[in-house]
Amino acid sequence: MSALFSAGFANLPDYLGQHVLLSVSAILLGLLISLPLAIAAYRVAWLRGPSLAVASVVQTIPGLALLALFYPLLIIVSAFTAETFGFGFRALGFLPALLALTLYSMLPVLRNTITGLAGLDPAIIRAARATGMTPWQSLTMVELPLAAPIIMAGIRTAAVWVIGTATLSTPIGQTSLGNYIFTGLQTENWVLVLFGCISAALLALMIDRLLALAEDGFAKRTRWRLWAAFGGIVVIVGVSLFPLFGHAGETITIGTKSFDEQYILGSLMQDRLRAAGFATARRDGLGSTVAFHALTNGDIDIYVDYSGTIWANEMKRTDQPGRAAVMAQMTAYLQKKYGVLALGSLGFENAYAIAMRRANADQLHIDTLADLAAHAGNMTIGGDYEIFSRPEWRAVTKTYGFHFAKQRQYQSDFLYRALASGDVDAITAFSSDGRIAQYDLKLLPDPKSALPPYDAVVLISAKHAHDQKLIAALKPLIGAIDLRTMQQANLMVDRQTDKLTPETVARWLDAKITH
Amino acid sequence: MIQLENLTKQYGGRAPVVRGVNLHAAAGEFLVLIGESGSGKTTTLNMINRLTEPTNGRVLIGGEDVRAGDAVSVRRQMGFVFQEVGLFPHMTVAENIGITPRLLGWPADRIGARVHELLALVRLENAEIAKRFPAQLSGGQRQRAGLARALAARPKIMLMDEPFGALDALIRDELAADYRAIHNKLGLTTILVTHDMTEAFLLADRIAVMRDGELLQVATPKELAAEPANDFVKRLIEIPRQRAEKLARAMQSA
Ligand SMILES: Nc1ncnc2c1ncn2[C@@H]1O[C@H](COP(=O)(O)OP(=O)(O)OP(=O)(O)O)[C@@H](O)[C@H]1O
Ligand SMILES: [Mg+2]
Repeated sequence: MSALFSAGFANLPDYLGQHVLLSVSAILLGLLISLPLAIAAYRVAWLRGPSLAVASVVQTIPGLALLALFYPLLIIVSAFTAETFGFGFRALGFLPALLALTLYSMLPVLRNTITGLAGLDPAIIRAARATGMTPWQSLTMVELPLAAPIIMAGIRTAAVWVIGTATLSTPIGQTSLGNYIFTGLQTENWVLVLFGCISAALLALMIDRLLALAEDGFAKRTRWRLWAAFGGIVVIVGVSLFPLFGHAGETITIGTKSFDEQYILGSLMQDRLRAAGFATARRDGLGSTVAFHALTNGDIDIYVDYSGTIWANEMKRTDQPGRAAVMAQMTAYLQKKYGVLALGSLGFENAYAIAMRRANADQLHIDTLADLAAHAGNMTIGGDYEIFSRPEWRAVTKTYGFHFAKQRQYQSDFLYRALASGDVDAITAFSSDGRIAQYDLKLLPDPKSALPPYDAVVLISAKHAHDQKLIAALKPLIGAIDLRTMQQANLMVDRQTDKLTPETVARWLDAKITH
Repeated sequence: MIQLENLTKQYGGRAPVVRGVNLHAAAGEFLVLIGESGSGKTTTLNMINRLTEPTNGRVLIGGEDVRAGDAVSVRRQMGFVFQEVGLFPHMTVAENIGITPRLLGWPADRIGARVHELLALVRLENAEIAKRFPAQLSGGQRQRAGLARALAARPKIMLMDEPFGALDALIRDELAADYRAIHNKLGLTTILVTHDMTEAFLLADRIAVMRDGELLQVATPKELAAEPANDFVKRLIEIPRQRAEKLARAMQSA
């Protein structure tokens, strides 16, 4: 327990700093857009309806979806600018998160500014004109100061929303306090989840109280309240951002997808690179295709993918030439098309496979995927968020003629539980998963080779494909991890009791490889 | 000094609320505009400093059309006092009074001295009142501060829309008398709107009577009493006398 906590604290400066940087930038950018827009809408009545409507619609999009939408959008824009103006930009991480959160912050500020200004006593505004104020002077000297408490209340709401929603920027590659939550969720480390929730909530609460003080300061016209509030915010932001200025020079960014094996391997590679003198950064919990695009786009420098995933999703291949040929063709393809270096297989496969409760499978005499077809019509199958839309799934259902009665999707940790508890009858599992042994599951072999091999491969971005020092640091990992070792390592993170953090397990794995 | 020529205001397709008003106020004159509610007094007054733009006709100040220049500088040359006062609630009394000089770019020390002078002029001498916010004043004090604000940039013209309407009778008479003294002392030209005929008789050099957007008669109080132009004016000027008689009777029978 205390080990888990200290692992949490170790990352706090980085996560908190990034979280604050993102939130503050989004709030400031949001204000820069929504305040002038609100003032324009206050003065020009027909603007009111449309601007509030757009902001309201944005608000109804779930935070995670809004964040996710910006990534592909920016990839397109980046490709366009690269083609026409000769420069692209990072489509992953800070920028999409910033844009999405900026949009998210707009509604409360717009609404409060408009209602605050429109609700002013007309006699006061007439007096402002009668004393000889220009419209601008009336706005800045009278109308805005009088509406300030209501505007502040809107800013406060926006700030709390943004700080909370910023935790969802982890899956699009922006480090935030959400890293605790997503990592914790994937590794069933509830202490970590709690740690992330509490730290984000505390941050939001502190900012909320300070902005409330500022609101009060405006309403009661007390300068000390305003000074105290803005001073407090500056201190929090300053302290949070301080650790971020430590990094200098080039950093190698390691990406991970959102499951434990990836976190362990990410930490392992990070340890090796650090030992070799590299400055490193992490982009954790990326979606599967997001990770690949991030690598080809140069947003991340290294991550581990699986040969079959690239084979099916990127190369759109459905044939099955065998493990070695898939590996060789994939390596050539990545080199030729993207300049990406496939350094080699780590030594194990993490294949998509269908698993059942052993007792259940034995009772129905199901030994392979071929036997499953006859029973599929009465069964519910569970899968992760990807599998049912992946080409592998189409291939396997076509090859064996599966028609499952129902499909359900789960977060990977809940997936195994759903099978164990009987909520589903079969799941799409990963062969290197430690929980297969833990729950005594039966993996059904694939006699017709509908699924490709899934060797775990270290991929290096084009930019670093010829970096000999980097290659030398990672080369010892190639072929060094067998399936049993990886399953063991995964289980140490997944298991219910005596859980270890991915970082700790990475060190265990490192020691094991070295001996 | 102030010349209204065929001044007309119409909202949308409705009947005009001010109809062909011709009126002249000489320099130093105290003109009172009186009439029933809705007769167009405020609208007329607002057209003089361009808070409202006329549909037709024009306003000349010292022979110059107010619409020739820009509205803001016209307003800075005139003092305006409202019934609702309209002091800015987020500014202190001193800041409120100093606002027009500040807009005109006076240096801070000159504004400070002017505020001091005005507080004495409107008899808000209590030194600490300058630092209070409007919400911390009585109605009478607020109206005095509003008057000081209107006078701050040394306007030659004062426009006053029922300035004493919301005050109790005692303070109202006191403030009206104070203002008439200020008017004389500073040589102002004042147009004051009121409902109250007694107030009009006591303050005015000349009285202009309005009804349904039209000017019925403009005359000194004496002429008005002697020769009312029509029944309406007659009834209007009878009101103070009738009330005085009623009062006398009531006092006797008590
Ligand atoms: N912005 C406006 N739009 C339409 N009609 C208006 C507007 N302002 C004033 N009016 C109308 O013009 C008429 C004259 O209004 P005004 O305020 O000048 O009257 P007033 O003589 O000052 O009345 P009171 O003694 O009650 O203040 C009224 O019938 C009023 O409803
Ligand atoms: Mg009026």
